[in-house]
Amino acid sequence: MPEQSPSPAPTVEQEPVVAGTQPLVLELPPTETDAKVEKSASKRLGLFGWVAIVWLALVTLSALLAPVLPVPAPDQHFIGHETEAISFAHPMGTDGTGQDMMARVIWGARASLLISVSSVVLGLILGGLLGLIAGYYRGKLDTFLTNLFNVFLAVPQLVLALALVAVFASDPAKVSSQFHWIVDWPVSQREFWLIISIGIVSIPIIGRIARASTLTWAQREFVLAARSMGAKNRRIMIRDVLPNVLPAMFSIALLGVAVVIVLEGGLSILGVGVPPSTPSWGNLIATGRNELTKIVGAAPQVILAPSVAIFLTVLALNYLGDVIRARFDVRESAI
Amino acid sequence: MFGKRKQIKRTIEATAPPTARLLEVTDLHTSFKTEKGVVKAVDGVSFTLDRGKTLGIVGESGSGKSVLSRSIMGLLPRHNVIRDGSVVFEGREISKLSATAMREFWGTEMAMVFQDPMTSLNPVVKIGRQITESLHYHLDMGREEADATALALLKSVGIPEPERRLNEYPHQMSGGMRQRIVIAIALACGPKLLFADEPTTALDVTVQAQILNLLQQQQRERDMAMVLVTHDLGVVAGRADDIAVMYAGQIVEMAPTRTLFAQMRMPYTEGLLKSIPKLEQPSHSRLEIIGGRPPDLVNPPRGCKFSPRCPYAQERCKVEQPPLIEADTPGHYFRCWYPVGSPEGKAALERNLAAALPQAQAAVAGDAALASRIETAIDMAETVSADTP
Repeated sequence: MPEQSPSPAPTVEQEPVVAGTQPLVLELPPTETDAKVEKSASKRLGLFGWVAIVWLALVTLSALLAPVLPVPAPDQHFIGHETEAISFAHPMGTDGTGQDMMARVIWGARASLLISVSSVVLGLILGGLLGLIAGYYRGKLDTFLTNLFNVFLAVPQLVLALALVAVFASDPAKVSSQFHWIVDWPVSQREFWLIISIGIVSIPIIGRIARASTLTWAQREFVLAARSMGAKNRRIMIRDVLPNVLPAMFSIALLGVAVVIVLEGGLSILGVGVPPSTPSWGNLIATGRNELTKIVGAAPQVILAPSVAIFLTVLALNYLGDVIRARFDVRESAI
Repeated sequence: MFGKRKQIKRTIEATAPPTARLLEVTDLHTSFKTEKGVVKAVDGVSFTLDRGKTLGIVGESGSGKSVLSRSIMGLLPRHNVIRDGSVVFEGREISKLSATAMREFWGTEMAMVFQDPMTSLNPVVKIGRQITESLHYHLDMGREEADATALALLKSVGIPEPERRLNEYPHQMSGGMRQRIVIAIALACGPKLLFADEPTTALDVTVQAQILNLLQQQQRERDMAMVLVTHDLGVVAGRADDIAVMYAGQIVEMAPTRTLFAQMRMPYTEGLLKSIPKLEQPSHSRLEIIGGRPPDLVNPPRGCKFSPRCPYAQERCKVEQPPLIEADTPGHYFRCWYPVGSPEGKAALERNLAAALPQAQAAVAGDAALASRIETAIDMAETVSADTP
């Protein structure tokens, strides 16, 4: 067992140890190499990386814990406190109808994250699966799937979302039942169709990344080696190829979440986003924009609060996506 | 010693059941469909291999030796490969089997050790799981039994601290260690036939001998047959029972190892042997090479495929392909109209010298050295086989 070994493995640059010269291992200063490895790892993540992680954790936690956080209900109107500037009672001020902006931003994170994460997960699962199949089997199946991806990429995402929402979820108030087993708050049917349409759009994007990555990994000799040991195609795909393809998929998925958060804002402004009854970052900006035109210059916080939230979250996701990609690139070259 | 060995071989053949023959390849053709045309990578190869024996397949890059072993195992992709001929393994014809049916053979009956241990191990899966996977799958072993077997395997291939290594990833090990792991994985299910596809080419010279000795030792312990593919005659000299020399997808000479070194008939084999550097040569002496390059396998030469580079080549060689014929010694086959060491060959070489054919002149310049070199090779073969009882 590893615990018996007195030196905790200066693994990375270790020379092959020939049987019988084992005491040599003891002479190696393991702490130094360990420290070096740790140092370079933290250097790569960096201060910004940690800030990004902390921010994303904060956003995710406050979205999940919104009902128990000591903030007012997002739809509570503080009569007489309309368009109030930053104060102790309302850290982000209030909007034109006296609703607390901080509460609305926190609750808005729920809808925004739900839509962005689930649509990307949908794309990750279906796109990853199709990309893996296309890249692994190649031939006619690959040609078919690649062309399918191209067809889907040719559909403008805004038009697709508009069409699907208009057909299936024209009533913004209708509640969908599909999400009861995932989240415990009511999800409108419109949100459901937003997830579906954005998910469909992200399938070919992630699928193409997965296919390209699979193509290179499936050519490696260890895939042939697994085949020569009698492993089935499905097993090779899942156990040998997929773990190597995942890093590329994840880094693109993080960027995808960021794109979808922005996209949801765009759809809200077009009037097909999350219904105004449920706050989301997108519809907060959309409604805030209306109020800005009514009361000129009166309440910048109404539009600033959700905008800054989107800005920081997208920045953090993009930064982390890049860090992940860079880290795995380095690892690959070191192999 | 030679005589004694041969005698033993004969008695084994006499007493063993008729299934002593493990693998019989007959007229195997393998071609790839490419944009430039059909590449004939393996062009009518036949050989047999008995249980526990080693066949060395020697040839330069692009001679089809790797494709041959993959083609026998049925590991090549199906959509752009044309395969023809027969492969009989333990009396069963396996060349027409589907990949699903072949899975019954892969790992348990035949396995392969690949050239580059840097790419033939999965970088994100722990060593332990890479070994136990096939044990679970083929031998229905439980977790504990599989782990114990993996540990024993690592020990048998000479990995120090095997317990720790099981939980490590490939990048934590050196090339030689990784190749040991690759061998352990290939041996996991006790195959009867092991293809070693240039197992030492990607390794440090000091590790090469260790890996080859390991393969030989494992082969002896398991009574496993082995096909050792290499571009280095020195690698197979002391280790193979028979050697097949491949050129442009064909076997051009095949013989028991000693016969091949002592009485080579094919000019290509002679060229290969000449190109091995020699210890007693003064430093900075030029290596002898076989001029030119292997032929284009889409449009190979009409006659003998080696004729454009051959010091003995005559008009006949350029138009008529020599068949693989048996020499005076049984089991020795070669493919040449003007074989080395025959009066025809000598006359052919003299004619080429008179015509000042460059490759002929180059061949003669090294001839004095060749004689003693053959001696050395045989001595080498004898010392090695004496070392390994």
